Amino acid sequence: MLNFILRRTLIIIPMIILISMISFLIITLPPGSYIDSYLANLQQMGGEVEQSRADTIKERYGLNDPIYLQYWKWVKGFPRGDFGMAFSEERPVINIIQERIGYTILISSLTLLFTWVLSIPIGIYSAVKQYSFGDYAFTFFGFLGVSIPNFLLAIIIMFVGLRFFGINLSGLMPVQYMGEPWGLSKILAVLQRIWVPVVVVGTAGMAGLIRIMRAEMLDQLRQPYIQMARSKGVDEIKVIIKYAARIAVNPLISTIGWLLPQIISGGTIAGIVLGLPTLGPKLYDALKIQDMYLAGTIIFFNIVLILIGTLLSDILLALVDPRIRYD
Amino acid sequence: MKNKDKLLEVKNLRTYFDTRRGLAKAVDGVSFDVYKGETLGIVGESGCGKSITSLSILNLVPQPKGKIYGGEILLHRDNDEVIDIAKLKRTGKKMKDIRRKDTAMIFQDPMSSLSPVYTVGSQIMEGIMLSHDVNKSEARERAIEMLRKVGISPAEQRINDYPYQLSGGMNQRAMIAVALSSNPSLLIADEPTTALDVTVEAQILELMEDLQQEYKMSIMFISHDLDVIGEISDRVVVMYTGKVVEVAEVEDLFYNPSHPYTQGLLQSIPKIGRKKELKPISGSVPQIYNLPDACHFAPRCPHKMDICTKKEPPVFDVGEGHQSKCWLYEEGGKRNEG
Amino acid sequence: MKNNSSESKITKDEDIVMSNPFKAKSHWQLMWEEFKNHKLAMGGIIVLILLYVSALFAGFLTPYDPNERFSKFPNIAPMQINIFDDNGLTAPYVHPIVGKRNMETLAMEYTVDQSQQIPVNFLYKSDDTYNFLGLFKTNLKLFGSDETQIFLFGTDGLGRDIFTRTIHGARLSLTVGLVGIAVSLVLGLFFGGISGYLGGMVDNFIQRVIEFTLAIPKIPLWMGLGAALPQDWSVIQVYFAITVILSLTGWVSMARVLRGQILSLKEEDFVKAARAAGAKSGRIISKHLIPNCMSYILVNLTLAIPGMIIGETALSFLGLGLKAPAVSWGVLLQEAQNVRAVAQYPWYFIPGVFVIVAVLAFNFVGDGLRDAADPYH
Repeated sequence: MLNFILRRTLIIIPMIILISMISFLIITLPPGSYIDSYLANLQQMGGEVEQSRADTIKERYGLNDPIYLQYWKWVKGFPRGDFGMAFSEERPVINIIQERIGYTILISSLTLLFTWVLSIPIGIYSAVKQYSFGDYAFTFFGFLGVSIPNFLLAIIIMFVGLRFFGINLSGLMPVQYMGEPWGLSKILAVLQRIWVPVVVVGTAGMAGLIRIMRAEMLDQLRQPYIQMARSKGVDEIKVIIKYAARIAVNPLISTIGWLLPQIISGGTIAGIVLGLPTLGPKLYDALKIQDMYLAGTIIFFNIVLILIGTLLSDILLALVDPRIRYD
Repeated sequence: MKNKDKLLEVKNLRTYFDTRRGLAKAVDGVSFDVYKGETLGIVGESGCGKSITSLSILNLVPQPKGKIYGGEILLHRDNDEVIDIAKLKRTGKKMKDIRRKDTAMIFQDPMSSLSPVYTVGSQIMEGIMLSHDVNKSEARERAIEMLRKVGISPAEQRINDYPYQLSGGMNQRAMIAVALSSNPSLLIADEPTTALDVTVEAQILELMEDLQQEYKMSIMFISHDLDVIGEISDRVVVMYTGKVVEVAEVEDLFYNPSHPYTQGLLQSIPKIGRKKELKPISGSVPQIYNLPDACHFAPRCPHKMDICTKKEPPVFDVGEGHQSKCWLYEEGGKRNEG
Repeated sequence: MKNNSSESKITKDEDIVMSNPFKAKSHWQLMWEEFKNHKLAMGGIIVLILLYVSALFAGFLTPYDPNERFSKFPNIAPMQINIFDDNGLTAPYVHPIVGKRNMETLAMEYTVDQSQQIPVNFLYKSDDTYNFLGLFKTNLKLFGSDETQIFLFGTDGLGRDIFTRTIHGARLSLTVGLVGIAVSLVLGLFFGGISGYLGGMVDNFIQRVIEFTLAIPKIPLWMGLGAALPQDWSVIQVYFAITVILSLTGWVSMARVLRGQILSLKEEDFVKAARAAGAKSGRIISKHLIPNCMSYILVNLTLAIPGMIIGETALSFLGLGLKAPAVSWGVLLQEAQNVRAVAQYPWYFIPGVFVIVAVLAFNFVGDGLRDAADPYH
């Protein structure tokens, strides 16, 4: 088992290098960048201090160097936690990441949990009551969930909140709580809003998950060991949960591989529309003004989060399915 | 055989499947008895309804398409209670009680008939705890004992193994241990050796015979393989397209088959030392949605008469404990109604 | 009596012929029969046909030019075409917009006057000339009126007709998926095909690329690439750039499906049998592999289109995709970015309803095809 974990973890390292390259490529694509205008600004202000600062930045990021050198100058800071400067905010990128990655992870994990907690029982129900009214109804709502783009659902929910309940659901907490220490009332205020991104992003992945769970359940319910368990006189509910569902959920764990990118992806746009303190809105701002290191680092961290999530799911899968461990 | 007490009476059982192509009469008017302590073989080609018959007895017909449409399955329990299983609710309490205490079943494919994610031991213990009022450690003791009985050793270690860590033959032994852990009066074995090598098959058959002696149970042994049936059965039921065509004691059946289908089956088995040419039955098994009227076997039968395509033959007595569903015996045999 | 029985015999024989299960039906016939039974999918097909036909005839169906501003009439609520009045059924009419001077602010205010009825003219000659299917110029519109403007879905803040813009927007939004999927298909067929066919190192490498691409979250990637598009590009350039961006991630699932299919088909008995019987590679590919993959490819195509539609809408919504003066559903939805505006003028959201309906329809059709393509479901 340890060997398995070690092997899986090692594969990640070349992947991370590849991701850093892709992130860099994306941010250097646009002609001209924020640095140019930033430097122009600095120079305009004149003065020796500004001039030397501009030179330092040029030197630090190798703006006059060929692209591979620029890349190297960017990534060599990674091990020290130096991801470059967010020029628009005049502070290191890592500070912004630190502020926001926690909320991103929190909302993503809650979304994953939400999707699973709902899809698994629905998938089981739909398989056991195949072709029933409930089966069709859940399938329909699942489709509705995938078919409403995340940002539209976010707008719909905010619209309903504002128009019919008179509450503002944007942001993660009302303005007065920002910067305040965490307390019960602040937690309650966050709980009142955090469900919005969770539902918005979660519903998009639910139909796929329900479909897989239902198909796996139907498959397992046809297996001989189910009849064997019934023939022993095991209660039907136990046959369904302990025998069929126990195996049917295994493939679901491996769906983290595609569910997580979807959640990060949906979370980005939901974050922008809802104005959440997550990485998404910062990426949006950074891209619009071509604040390249900030944008590149956020894209980099988004993909790294997915890789780590997938790694964890692989390990989890090996834990729950004894057949994989002995491969 | 000496004991003529009935354990199970199946009377005019009809189990149908409501499919998109129509009503599939998988089991259509099947009647037979199982006596206490005997091994009853049920033989027929695939699709003849033998497996559905056995699943009907446990009320485990695949849902939602399959259903017992009529007939009786009378089980005589130890306390002289007689229960009609066909009338019980599939997931009802009584049905569960019967499955826990009176009946047990082993299936064809040993590798997929045990859950891959639980140890063999825990699956045996579950059966023991469902049928007996014992705690976990007692159940474990008994499970080890069961494993020893079915010849899995070292039992103390193997009890912690997962099914995929055992060979096919070992898994079949483990499944027998699960089945017998409840000490059932009726064991239904649905093609238990079909997926196994011939040498392993012989071991498993021997094991089943030994355990039958020890547990004094009845066995319904279902197979398409006449050799295996001949080896293990006391009496044999021959099925064709959802109907019983012949019932006889095993020797009677092999030396004196009465139904043309049984005769055809016996002639199509290769035997070492027999120079006679194999004679396959002509034609093929009709589709279940498209069965001939009257006698189902008539289109393939070498002795076909006019009446065979007009009227379904009743069951005729053709000898001591020997019945045949064929018009050939209308004059020779006595007519047996019911 | 005798006659009767012979007649009934004939009908019986006919029945047997009609329902003869051994009569070979082509795979596509079987698929179509399955598909027809899928009510949601059939509904989806009808909705899609309606949407695409509307997009094609947008110039005729809508009363205005999509970028025409009625600066006097901003934020007018949707107007209804009525066919009942107090006297019962009548010719279709609308309540006109009338201007009234607000005596306090002294500004003109335009509202719908419920007391007046203005008949709607059909096949109306309007001021707006458009190019009918690229064939000829005309100013014939499905409906219009000399006496009032007709805003079926209301107007936006600049007084543009949302109905006209929505129907015109379908042109870009509904075709971006088709063009994108065509690019994806070519890429997917190529990489999936060689991956499944050649196997070995090539397969291994392509597989890693596919896995990696799947792990990349689409929206951040699209946003990054969308932001990289030069500001001075024309609508057409941006349009094709967007389809390429969407295809960068879209080809992956296509390639995966195709590779899986080819790998499993290569091992199928009927392919082995064909090979054993001496069939040439070309024949095996054309007679066995391609026909057997086609239905899966079709299913995959259908299910991939909605993702592309959502992608374009999302990018344009964020201002990183198509931009005005281009008219797409995503561009229209930029108006709906501000929730307070939506709360005040809910009709801003109507293009969003079209997005949802179109995507839902594609998903239903795709699901119906998936069920129909898989005979063992």
